[in-house]
Amino acid sequence: MTSERTTASLRKARTGIDGFDDVTFGGLPAGRPSLVCGSAGCGKTLFATTFLVNGATLFDEPGVFMSFEERAEDLAANVASLGYDLDGLVETGKIAVDHVKVERSEIEETGEYDLEGLFIRLGYAVDTIKAKRVVLDTIETLFAGLSDAAVLRSELRRLFAWLKDRGLTAIITGERGEGQLTRQGLEEYVSDCVVLLDNRVEDQITTRRLRIVKYRGSAHGTNEYPFLIDEQGISVLPVTAADLSYDVSNEVVSTGVESLDAMFGPGGLFRGASVLISGSAGTGKTTISSHTIDAACTRGERCMSFVFEESGEQICRNARSVGLDLHRHVDTGLLRFEAARPSLYGLEMHLARMHRDIEQFRPSVVVIDPISALRGPEVELQATLLRMVDMLKARGITAVFTSLRTDGAFGQSGDLGLSSLMDVWIKLQDIEANGERSRTLYVIKARGMSHSNQVREFQMSSAGLKLVDAYIGPAGVLTGTARIVQEAQEEAAALRRRQDSERRKRDVVRRRLSIERQIAELRASLETAEEEETLLLDEDVARETLLSSERTDIARRRSAAE
Amino acid sequence: MSEQTSHAGDPVSEEDGDPGQYHLRLYVAGQTPKSMAALANLKRVCEQHLAGRYDIEVVDLLKNPQLAAGDQILAIPTLVRRLPAPLKRIIGDLSNTEKVLVGLDIRPRASSGSSTP
Repeated sequence: MTSERTTASLRKARTGIDGFDDVTFGGLPAGRPSLVCGSAGCGKTLFATTFLVNGATLFDEPGVFMSFEERAEDLAANVASLGYDLDGLVETGKIAVDHVKVERSEIEETGEYDLEGLFIRLGYAVDTIKAKRVVLDTIETLFAGLSDAAVLRSELRRLFAWLKDRGLTAIITGERGEGQLTRQGLEEYVSDCVVLLDNRVEDQITTRRLRIVKYRGSAHGTNEYPFLIDEQGISVLPVTAADLSYDVSNEVVSTGVESLDAMFGPGGLFRGASVLISGSAGTGKTTISSHTIDAACTRGERCMSFVFEESGEQICRNARSVGLDLHRHVDTGLLRFEAARPSLYGLEMHLARMHRDIEQFRPSVVVIDPISALRGPEVELQATLLRMVDMLKARGITAVFTSLRTDGAFGQSGDLGLSSLMDVWIKLQDIEANGERSRTLYVIKARGMSHSNQVREFQMSSAGLKLVDAYIGPAGVLTGTARIVQEAQEEAAALRRRQDSERRKRDVVRRRLSIERQIAELRASLETAEEEETLLLDEDVARETLLSSERTDIARRRSAAE
Repeated sequence: MSEQTSHAGDPVSEEDGDPGQYHLRLYVAGQTPKSMAALANLKRVCEQHLAGRYDIEVVDLLKNPQLAAGDQILAIPTLVRRLPAPLKRIIGDLSNTEKVLVGLDIRPRASSGSSTP
């Protein structure tokens, strides 16, 4: 034991439970007993059974299940729901199940005893199938069946030492006690590894959580990790990524709406971007996301849609009204819908489920519709969503979140504190005026790319989505009929202005012509006057000449008479 | 391997259909002091109270470990009353005779809860 502890890395036995082996960096300590404790119904037995079944089927380590509570057949029936064929494994000698019945009313204590019988049974079962793993579920039942606690304690101590000596990797389950991890303080005896399972109810929603309280000689995740029990077994989710170091892509993918792509500088979104589409009810959030799904599937990429308010079928049907056939993608297996009521699980469980489904399906586009359906305490909600975004980003998955805004205001409220996490934020808004409602779209932000700052009106028809430039003028932003009316009015006004100016031009010409005409008339009368003047002048000259000649004549005549 | 220690005279002829016939089995693990004490105490009690109406089978689990699960043996030593029904288990070295008698239904359980008179 000591030499083992001093080696660089402790030998570990993989549990095969998704996530748990990651959290513990390899599994439970091999060859040692570990304590799994928790209150009733938190999945201790299932955890232990999974450990055993996985050991037998995946790691070739047969195991003994010693049950102090359930009968072997009950146990087999219980785990059959997880797809474990316990009976089959028992038949093939991979697993041995021994039900130890402890009924106080049937037992009379008359003097000294020890639990050698238990050792012999366990030893016999272990030897028969050459077991490497052992589960004791729930050994504390012994305290209810037998009265001599002092003997029990010393015998349990001996039992755990015995397990260690035999090099058996064991899980001992224990019921959660008041003020300590287990009712009988088993954690005092099993000191190598203690795992605490928890099942908390908050707001009527149950969340299972797992915490590694202690793991001697090994590093381990210290947080509370949500875990999931469903038809696929147990999965633990180490969902908190500590850093933000993930690869980014420069590849541009289409949103599926051509005119929307055109609003982004590179002609689409970066692959791996997180996109928030927010808007009030009926603004077309799901329709846009359906287009994105269709585009991705048409490219041959896998797409996963988590829907919380509708069924996958319903979304397919509704998408048909805008000319999208999502059904064929479901049929080809490229598209998977995962529908669940938001209230079915707690937040952590939703995240856990998504995490598992994404791990299995490995989509390149994920749609969460709507993210606002997830409810929980504010702090938890934001932390959970942060992890969700983180998880998707770390995998390079393009994520589309829709978010319902209950108010139509242009405020920050209702974005769940998500907007800062998002790479792209598309906001849809209803504009109600003149007795009609029209949809508008803004791109509020798009990290790392230029984008249009214009408001677009978008129209949904059987031909799909189309963005139209909205009217922006002195009268404000106009959409719909108002936009058309306004445009018509503007056209009329322009025509009028054109006509006015033409008329004015004609007037000017006319006036100029009339002035010119007047000028011509005046010039004519001027010429007449000049002619008259000349005439008068000539007469004057003639008269002067005549007078002077007469004078000469008279003179001459006078002189002749003298 | 079990050791058959029969003290019954002739159970079939004499006790035919008699519910008073006791068939007892004592589980031990090796020749430990507790086991030896239990066997000695059992024989003493039977001779005193069940003379001629009992047989004792001793099972050593070290030799036959597979028998432990069948009778739900946990503690050592354990005395199992296989007959008459119902099945009864008495654990310990049987040093408390009063409790042994109560456990075997030879003497009714004291109503006060205390089994010592």
